Amino acid sequence: MRNTWTICAKELRSYFVSPIAYLLLTMFALIFGFFFWNALGYFVIEGMEMQMRGQSFPMNINEQIIRPLLSNVSVVGLFFIPMITMRLFAEEKRSGTIELLATSPVRDVEVILGKWLAAMILYACLLFFTALNFAFLFRYGHPDWKPLAVGYLGLLLQAGTLLALGTFISTLTKNQIIAGAATFGVCLLLWVLEWTSGYDSSAWAQVLSYLSVITHFDSFARGVIDSKDVIFYLSGIFLGLFFTARSMESLRWRA
Amino acid sequence: MIIVKDLTKRYARHVAVDQITFSVTKGQIVGFLGPNGAGKTTTMRILTCFLTPSAGTASVAGFDVLEQPLEVKKRIGYLPETPPLYPEMETTEYLRFVGKLKGLSGAELEKRIDYVCDRCFVADVKTKLLGKLSKGYRQRVGLAQAIIHNPDVLVLDEPTAGLDPKQINETRDLIKSLAGDHTIILSTHILPEVEQICEQVIIINQGKLVATDSVRNLQARTRGDESLLLEVAGPADPLAVQQRLETIPGVSRVQLHDSKDVGMVFEVQSQKGQLVRGDLARAIVAAGWDLNELRPAARSLEEIFLQLTGAPAPAEPEKVQI
Repeated sequence: MRNTWTICAKELRSYFVSPIAYLLLTMFALIFGFFFWNALGYFVIEGMEMQMRGQSFPMNINEQIIRPLLSNVSVVGLFFIPMITMRLFAEEKRSGTIELLATSPVRDVEVILGKWLAAMILYACLLFFTALNFAFLFRYGHPDWKPLAVGYLGLLLQAGTLLALGTFISTLTKNQIIAGAATFGVCLLLWVLEWTSGYDSSAWAQVLSYLSVITHFDSFARGVIDSKDVIFYLSGIFLGLFFTARSMESLRWRA
Repeated sequence: MIIVKDLTKRYARHVAVDQITFSVTKGQIVGFLGPNGAGKTTTMRILTCFLTPSAGTASVAGFDVLEQPLEVKKRIGYLPETPPLYPEMETTEYLRFVGKLKGLSGAELEKRIDYVCDRCFVADVKTKLLGKLSKGYRQRVGLAQAIIHNPDVLVLDEPTAGLDPKQINETRDLIKSLAGDHTIILSTHILPEVEQICEQVIIINQGKLVATDSVRNLQARTRGDESLLLEVAGPADPLAVQQRLETIPGVSRVQLHDSKDVGMVFEVQSQKGQLVRGDLARAIVAAGWDLNELRPAARSLEEIFLQLTGAPAPAEPEKVQI
């Protein structure tokens, strides 16, 4: 446990002494800020139109702002995750520092967990900026905080899965660009798989759609914790980290 | 302290280490000698539990590398060929990170950091970024990292490669000074380095063990017939000089190596056990020529391999990377 934290602290530090973390935080804050501004703009215009027409449809901040925005974050996150994970192992392999980690009295699983945890924490920092925007809603409106919290739980679980897969992919190469590109491809694929359910209802399409990480986020965005989706993400995390461990072990045999 | 038995490492296409057997006793400095690609790094990586052997066993301080890798790792300090440094860390920060990984903490860790910084002469770059250090400093920080947890065994992979002559000497002295507390196994392809530092030598070539011997025995074995380089100042007739030298008793062969304006260089080989240096010098001077230089021809490792294996030195195979 102590070793895990040592590794995690070291990874966090290298994120934050290099421009990576600040670049990601800036980009993410900008992009999300733009989404937030748009969503809020539509909401306000809609509200005014309803008043002018004299209709009184119930307007709901949670349903009309928070839910679509959380879904946006889950998709935008896909684009940022490769940039977080690509260096985790590829960089160590390229510079030879992997020899230090692999010959220190530390278990592989401690190294892997430490790195994954650092990636999770950086992702959580990105989410923190979205939370700043949502804070305004609480200042001027009365959204329900519980669905929002559930939404964040879902985002973290979804990112956990993708970060674990990205960590695994990073062990396969010593080239960060390759690791990043491959992770990006996987993330994108795990998003668009969902589309199959739109036009095809065969068993295959359902399986593919089930594999999409986005499908399982819907319930969280609605503010519902569905154990089926929690289990999907937890098994995704486990699988990714398990593959990482196997890959690290195979280094000892192959290299 | 280190026992290696029938150790073999096979890769997909070739055998990197082939049934090597040797042992190292406590407190010794052992030189691991061989041309590039001989299997030195592979063997060291197996000893440090970075790689697993395909066959055979290796144990460090009584712990098997396959059965109890964590125990082995606790007792080994390892400096890989390229020091495993994180360029974005400062020296003390890096040593603190490594120390924690090796199980140190608190006041003891801080004490060890100060100690290894002094010991390895990196105290003046404590707050510098590792990425900004010169090659010599990087190597020494690498050494400091290897000894931070005061390991029983030190494994150093070409610790002097790529350093300038002054740094090479400093590093050698440093390694020698560490010998008392640690059992050291260091790899190199430079013969004089082994002669200077080590007590025991293990020579491998193409993955096979060629010889394990003490340095003194090795020197005796390879210096049977002596080969000297002799430079005579011009102008003189090379042929006349060569003929004169050949008449000296004990000389078996004289060869003109090089002929320049300043002088000509001959390689003189003497028979085993014959000391001919004095006679050579006297003969040159007596004939009225000027003797510029007389020195033993430095033997390259390749020549030793020729002698020990009776086979031509191997072409350098592709270096195996992770």
